[in-house]
Amino acid sequence: MFQILRTAITLLALLTVITGVAYPFAVTAVAQIGFPKAANGSLFEKPLGAGNSSVHSNARDWRSATDQPPKWAGSELIGQPFSDPKYFWGRPSATAPVAYNSMGGSGSNQATTNPALVDAVRERVAKLRQEDPDNLAKVPVDLVTSSASGLDPHISEAAALYQVGRVARLRKIEPYTLNKLVLSHLERPTIGIFGQTRVNVLKLNLALDAKAEEVSKLVIPAPQ
Amino acid sequence: MNTSAWMEIGLFFVVLIGLVKPLGWYMARVYAGQPCGLDRAIGPIERTLYRLSGVRQDEEMTWTTYAFATLVFNALGVVVVYLLQRTQEWLPLNPQQLGAVAPDLAFNTAVSFASNTNWQAYSGESTLSYFTQMIGLTVQNFVSAATGMAVLIALIRGLTRRMTETIGNFWVDLTRSTLYILLPLSFVMAIILVSQGVVQTFSPAVEVALLESATDAEGKSVTTQTIPLGPAASQIAIKQLGTNGGGFFGVNSAHPLENSTPLSNFLQVLAILLIAAALCYTFGDLVGDPRQGWALLAAMLVIFVPMLVVCVWAEQVGNPRLSEIDIDQTSNAFQSGGNMEGKEVRFGAAASALWATATTAASNGSVNAMHDSFTPLGGLIPLWMMQLGEVIFGGVGSGLYGLIIFAILAVFIAGLMVGRTPEYLGKKIEAYEMKMASLVVLIPPMVVLGGTAIAVSLDVGRASVTNPGPHGFTQILYALSSAGNNNGSAFGGFGANTPFFNCLLGAAMLISRYWLIVPVLAIAGSLARKKYTPPSAGTLPTHTPLFVVLVAGMVLLVGALTFVPALALGPVIEHLQLTATH
Repeated sequence: MFQILRTAITLLALLTVITGVAYPFAVTAVAQIGFPKAANGSLFEKPLGAGNSSVHSNARDWRSATDQPPKWAGSELIGQPFSDPKYFWGRPSATAPVAYNSMGGSGSNQATTNPALVDAVRERVAKLRQEDPDNLAKVPVDLVTSSASGLDPHISEAAALYQVGRVARLRKIEPYTLNKLVLSHLERPTIGIFGQTRVNVLKLNLALDAKAEEVSKLVIPAPQ
Repeated sequence: MNTSAWMEIGLFFVVLIGLVKPLGWYMARVYAGQPCGLDRAIGPIERTLYRLSGVRQDEEMTWTTYAFATLVFNALGVVVVYLLQRTQEWLPLNPQQLGAVAPDLAFNTAVSFASNTNWQAYSGESTLSYFTQMIGLTVQNFVSAATGMAVLIALIRGLTRRMTETIGNFWVDLTRSTLYILLPLSFVMAIILVSQGVVQTFSPAVEVALLESATDAEGKSVTTQTIPLGPAASQIAIKQLGTNGGGFFGVNSAHPLENSTPLSNFLQVLAILLIAAALCYTFGDLVGDPRQGWALLAAMLVIFVPMLVVCVWAEQVGNPRLSEIDIDQTSNAFQSGGNMEGKEVRFGAAASALWATATTAASNGSVNAMHDSFTPLGGLIPLWMMQLGEVIFGGVGSGLYGLIIFAILAVFIAGLMVGRTPEYLGKKIEAYEMKMASLVVLIPPMVVLGGTAIAVSLDVGRASVTNPGPHGFTQILYALSSAGNNNGSAFGGFGANTPFFNCLLGAAMLISRYWLIVPVLAIAGSLARKKYTPPSAGTLPTHTPLFVVLVAGMVLLVGALTFVPALALGPVIEHLQLTATH
């Protein structure tokens, strides 16, 4: 009896050292050497020359928090909230108290039969239609349903193409140019098998800001 | 379903079944104490552990000593995890300065991780320090899985040994499962996951800028986002391989930093079933007839595949109420389509349904989509998968020892039908084995249905429901089915973190894990004492398609008879409501 308790305590302590300390530290060491970017949240800095134009009226209001803007422009894996019609919108997010709160990932957990779900979807559809009245296509489902994590960085190809008309009009960019931009940001199924074709909304919007700036410089003043 | 989804599911079965034999063979050598290729690297560590903890490797245990050692070791695990949570504010590696966990939640979490359930009533990123996650939870991920494997091996020894009192040494089985099987596989898996973007660092969370500022619920402008970090990959690798399922982050494997790409998703869902499937081969190898193992694997697949088909179909069809309001849910080359509420775009509806079926077939319980938002039939599948007793793959070790108990029941009933003494693998099945087998089969349903009855009768139970109508009942039934079968997945909207449910579900997890381990070991001890009876003309062969159907039939029969009334009150009514409006 006592012998068993003594063995249990010692063995648990030793296995803790191996599986709870040595193992995670060894994985961390290999990860930090082999895949430093991936192991640290796949963060990226703002690409040079991209999007210094403040398309959004209250973008970059640093006074509230600190005077220094963060070094990182985002994580490639974590979505950001977009509600300005000049940007491509990502998936609705159920996180609180703000959409895409990455410290509190959450789905809506609404049942298919929950009337609140249908109401929420209907409202999202109405908002899309309001910003883009000429677009009569059916709305791709992922654009109006909230993701599992509330942090989904992607939308489907269909959901991106659905928004091209609206963004092109508001940005005064040719829809053809914008279509090309979306297609160049497609992430396809890995080796044609794993996953779904998708677009990273944050990366697409950063590229959109850069493209808008480029286009605005190309505009030749009309002759007098 | 689009082409890539079909190919992904097809490839899943090819890879899974392809790995059964090599991994199963390797594990058989580990348990038989034969050279397995890693002896030179791991042998010295193993012997040091034995020397320091006073284990004599060749010392054999009777079933009662084996059971006692198992219970003591697991009880100790519960105590340690509980204390770690209560004291984490004074312990190192707590960069977010998280405080002590409440007593009821700490109890629930400690039981949950020791019993290989990994039900989570908390959100990791905002509740537990890195220290608690590593020293408490990651360790229990390993040893709770190793406990299940040890009990399985003890049962197999009961079947193969003749006229002896002993069934092996728990400490040796535990240590060898951890060091030779779980640890190397987890290490490789963790590194691959990191390469895909799963985080692994001890740095605190970092701030990034938002491209467009957002407005929070109070109308304040938000210009930054805080990206959570931590040593996640190392925990996620073992969470899947050891059928634990407890996420590093609150939304589990739906979190982009926990399951970042379609490839990481494929590897994780593969890891959920990998060891449980390969142990079937290990079983066949150790009893000297691999066909016995393949037969049990076939019985698992006979139930798994149709369930998967129904779940994928239900989720891919989508939500009829959304089709009414001009939403495009079709599946094509441009979108996954289907019921995308609570699912991630990179996985799509089909791969999410595959995960849901696998994680509940195995007693894993990690999720990559929110089961609460599944269609009624899509949600019925994971619910029923758990209620079948976690024997279709099931937990590592525990799934197969559960299925062997069903096999014993099957030979008993078949023996009754033809009037012969039932035998399994040369051992006569008699009254004592049947009594113990009945306990194993009947306790989980009793816990699930009894617990659900208590919860729905009390205000404090009904208060946790967050969806109206029959779905609310399903939320409670799901929680009890999950805890009462040591699965750990949840209908995420359910308000599980209340003192009432922390205690009720904690008790359910304790009973259904340890009250089953004891009778299983009792059967092992009783079988080991018996002599070998050579097969005669009247012996039912246990490697044939007929036997596969018998075993699968037993599992389905018990599961259907016990749970159909409860299922009818929840998902079935909900399905009829959803489709009736058309």
